[in-house]
Amino acid sequence: MGSIVRFENVGLRYGADGGSDGETLSDLNFALAPGSFYFLTGASGAGKTSLLRLLYLAQRPTRGAIHLFDEDIVTVPRDRLPGFRRRIGVVFQDFRLIPYLSVYDNVALPLRVAGVEERDLDTPVREMLAWVGLASRADTRPATLSGGEQQRVAIARAVIARPEILVADEPTGNVDPEMAGRLLHLFDALNRLGTTIVVATHDIHLLSRVSNAQTLRLEGGRLSDPTGALRYPPRNSA
Amino acid sequence: MRRLTALFPSVRAADRRLLREGRLSGPMPWVLAVMLFLTTLAAAGGLALGQAAQRMGGGLETRATVQIVQADADARERQAAVTLTALRGDPAVRSVERVGAAEMAALLEPWLGAQGTDDLPLPVLIDVGLTRADAVPDLARTLARVAPDARIDDHRAALAPVSRLIGTLRWLALAIVLLMTAATGFVVVLAAASALDTHRGTIDVMHLLGATDIQVARLFQRRIALDALFAGLIGLGAGMLVLTLIGRQLAGLESELVGAVALPAWGGGVLVALPLATTLLAAAAARWTVVRALGRLL
Repeated sequence: MGSIVRFENVGLRYGADGGSDGETLSDLNFALAPGSFYFLTGASGAGKTSLLRLLYLAQRPTRGAIHLFDEDIVTVPRDRLPGFRRRIGVVFQDFRLIPYLSVYDNVALPLRVAGVEERDLDTPVREMLAWVGLASRADTRPATLSGGEQQRVAIARAVIARPEILVADEPTGNVDPEMAGRLLHLFDALNRLGTTIVVATHDIHLLSRVSNAQTLRLEGGRLSDPTGALRYPPRNSA
Repeated sequence: MRRLTALFPSVRAADRRLLREGRLSGPMPWVLAVMLFLTTLAAAGGLALGQAAQRMGGGLETRATVQIVQADADARERQAAVTLTALRGDPAVRSVERVGAAEMAALLEPWLGAQGTDDLPLPVLIDVGLTRADAVPDLARTLARVAPDARIDDHRAALAPVSRLIGTLRWLALAIVLLMTAATGFVVVLAAASALDTHRGTIDVMHLLGATDIQVARLFQRRIALDALFAGLIGLGAGMLVLTLIGRQLAGLESELVGAVALPAWGGGVLVALPLATTLLAAAAARWTVVRALGRLL
């Protein structure tokens, strides 16, 4: 498999602004290799979140084609999209934890959505909570956790179902540098297990902290390629 | 059966926690309870009126009364004799019974007192049972030939205005039940839409984690169906209480006409089915609303 994600002439426009000048994202052409680690950078308002929304299927592009897992998800029937979404883990910028559920239930949610039996849930959820260092907080509500702890719950929820792609929107935006380093370590560990990682950040100091990461840079809704990630063949391709 | 199961999906306890409010929260269940209460009363009224109409019709359709109104007692008795003979010989007549003097006195006692009616030229009354409801015109012609002072009264005609009124009230009750059913559907649609807004954040997260529309709809469907069931039972209970009280008061009136207004034996089953039907309706309306709303998302 050459790429896990491929964008072809993708444009995205919100509202009824006419012409390509009104596009939030324009002429995106790139491919992501399976098992790679990407940083998506750009100034605030450059379109990072919009690009991620296209990646985790919260939005259809206004034009162009998006191939995900070798299928054109722009034209795929709507009732097949949940199957694609279950293969993508998402860490939202604002975490989006469900406030009235315990940490355990928040982390277990993707498995329950996927129809995993209750008896098969406990071990992976406890292991995941231990992995993010929150084993002792399983029964607490998110509101009682610090920002960094909530971030880790969000990450645990995103990766519990072993997604093929993990998309994280400013995952270190609300945490101190030490916690940011630990979170990146978690992503790196997941990447070593074969998950393709896309982390959107405006923190350029992060870019050097993952040795094999490549950088995609968005400027005014268009993609530049400072590390050649788009020009060279995907890392894991044959 | 599969469709019925789809309306009452089994949802895991952990998934039920995704909609946090408990049962009978918010105004919707109480509105449904009030509507079920009114529906129960309307349905019971319709059923009882139907029963009354049936009893009145069943008792009176094949009955008639012959009166011989003649001041001269000898002539009256002669005509009574030939009338009885003619009636007994007619194949459309099932039974003939002359109302006796004591019974006549008892009938007239409320108006004339207990001093007796011996001196009054009272008409002869003959109670006639018919084999068919439409025999009265033929009998009237027969009697006109043999007893010129005989008059036959068709009870159906006398009670026709009452029957028409009962029929109108039955249709009104049916209309109220149907309107209440439609209103219940609208209330559930509004409640489901409101619940969707309340839980928008949770739904968005579930949606992006790969939940299908049906998975999300099941949560709302089950919750709203249970709310509707409890509300229905409350409404039914209150309705039955009121009906019991009204029934006791009607029984105290000791009126034959009013006494005919009573629920048929199977009427209780219909009333008990109302909350169950409401639950089904609520589950279907909730599912439709949620699936339709989610269909607007990607």
